[in-house]
Amino acid sequence: MNEHIVKSYEDELNTLTAECARMGGLTEAQVADGIDAVIKRDATLAAQVVGRDERLDVMEADIERKAIRLIALRQPMANDLRRTVAAMKIAANLERCGDLAKNIAKRTLVLAEAEPMTPLTRSIERMGRLVLGRLKDVLDAYTSSDVDRAVLVWTRDDEVDEHYNSLFRELLTYMMGDPRTITACAHLLFVAKNLERIGDHATNIAEIVHYEITGEEMISADRPTTDALRV
Amino acid sequence: MTTQREDAHAHEAAPQVHIAVDKGHAALAALPAKIRARDVNVFYGEKQALFDVALDVPENSVTALIGPSGCGKSTFLRCINRMNDTIQGCRVQGRIELDGENLNDKAIDPVVLRARVGMVFQKPNPFPKTIFENVAYGPRIHGIATGKAELEAIVESSLKRAGLWGEVHDRLHQPGTGLSGGQQQRLVIARAIAVSPEVILMDEPCSALDPIATARIEELIDELRTQYCIVIVTHSMAQAARVSQKTAFFHLGKLVEAGPTGEIFTNPRDSRTQDYITGRFG
Repeated sequence: MNEHIVKSYEDELNTLTAECARMGGLTEAQVADGIDAVIKRDATLAAQVVGRDERLDVMEADIERKAIRLIALRQPMANDLRRTVAAMKIAANLERCGDLAKNIAKRTLVLAEAEPMTPLTRSIERMGRLVLGRLKDVLDAYTSSDVDRAVLVWTRDDEVDEHYNSLFRELLTYMMGDPRTITACAHLLFVAKNLERIGDHATNIAEIVHYEITGEEMISADRPTTDALRV
Repeated sequence: MTTQREDAHAHEAAPQVHIAVDKGHAALAALPAKIRARDVNVFYGEKQALFDVALDVPENSVTALIGPSGCGKSTFLRCINRMNDTIQGCRVQGRIELDGENLNDKAIDPVVLRARVGMVFQKPNPFPKTIFENVAYGPRIHGIATGKAELEAIVESSLKRAGLWGEVHDRLHQPGTGLSGGQQQRLVIARAIAVSPEVILMDEPCSALDPIATARIEELIDELRTQYCIVIVTHSMAQAARVSQKTAFFHLGKLVEAGPTGEIFTNPRDSRTQDYITGRFG
């Protein structure tokens, strides 16, 4: 890709992408730490995750402001326009991921007071690793403009859904077996649900990356999905 | 050289992904071609200005010709009403059909053709006559109007369609050159439509106008397209994006890419188009 004739325009576009990538890195860390806090029953880490969430909010607002300013002042066209809109939309998805990570971390406090449920924790850990991997892959696809990698994340979203469904069944079994576990299990169910939502955001980002690079939309109807309600 | 956008997807993602297709291609394809250009080559003396240009211009729509200075877009525009005939040493080869009729045929009378294909230039060029006479001139010399009443009716309806009637109806017999730039340009458009043309060619019609006058002309263009086939040359990418349904990008005398305007400006196929519209041409 040739550079723009107007250097400052080129710089502004690069800044936008770089900030979005940086926000992606922070989001990944937040999600990883949120999961870690739950698994290790680490209240200090949980508090850190909650405290850091505001930074993501600020970053999103900043990216959105820069993108709107760029649209108004530079009137980006074609790939530049797609790049600008993509940064804005990805930032919004990352901000949501950050909220979900914060929500996961908050549940650590309640879960730490309950009896440890090792097999369930292992399942959450596995699902967490999977979702985190998706998020990492799609952010790598974004920063390296790798459309194939984005498509791969997109087509594999059903794996996350399957994990969620199996965790759901597992939690039901526990709760039916011992009503004293209901409080903890209900919280874990929310953790699982939040992880599943983070997976959805990763899929959204994959679609945005695909559009940014190719200019073509992907049709969601063609993506394999697993019905979460059929248990 | 021409990238036919209807043909192929330049980016093929993984095969399992289905891609949404309609990007205005269907709407454009539904319009019959008013003008069909094939193998058009134009020379100014030894210098070749256009190379094998092939382009369909759809009826009842606005087609924008864009490209850097000297790319041949104005040369192509002038082919459509044989204005190149008036340029010393200019040769035009190839076929340009208007409703299937070859415009370069010896039997075509350029004067009659120019009544069918009107033209509006960059700088408004009203005749040094009254507002009324500017509009009445064409219908009179082409024998379109028979009586005074009919001529007055044509002048009124043309000025109305050009959105100028309200501003000039009480001073029709004052000189056209006394109007503002934007009004003069609308007067010239009224003059062009007074002879009931089929095609209106516009060569940078707004480059000498302020944003408000430009917006008026653009609104007018959008209204006129329901009745005419309009081809506009513009250096303003934003204007091409705003007013046209089809955009053709010229570079170094070649037609690089043509397609639905929405597609050209969000997802051009050719890297040269991309570089030009995003401001990357060195």
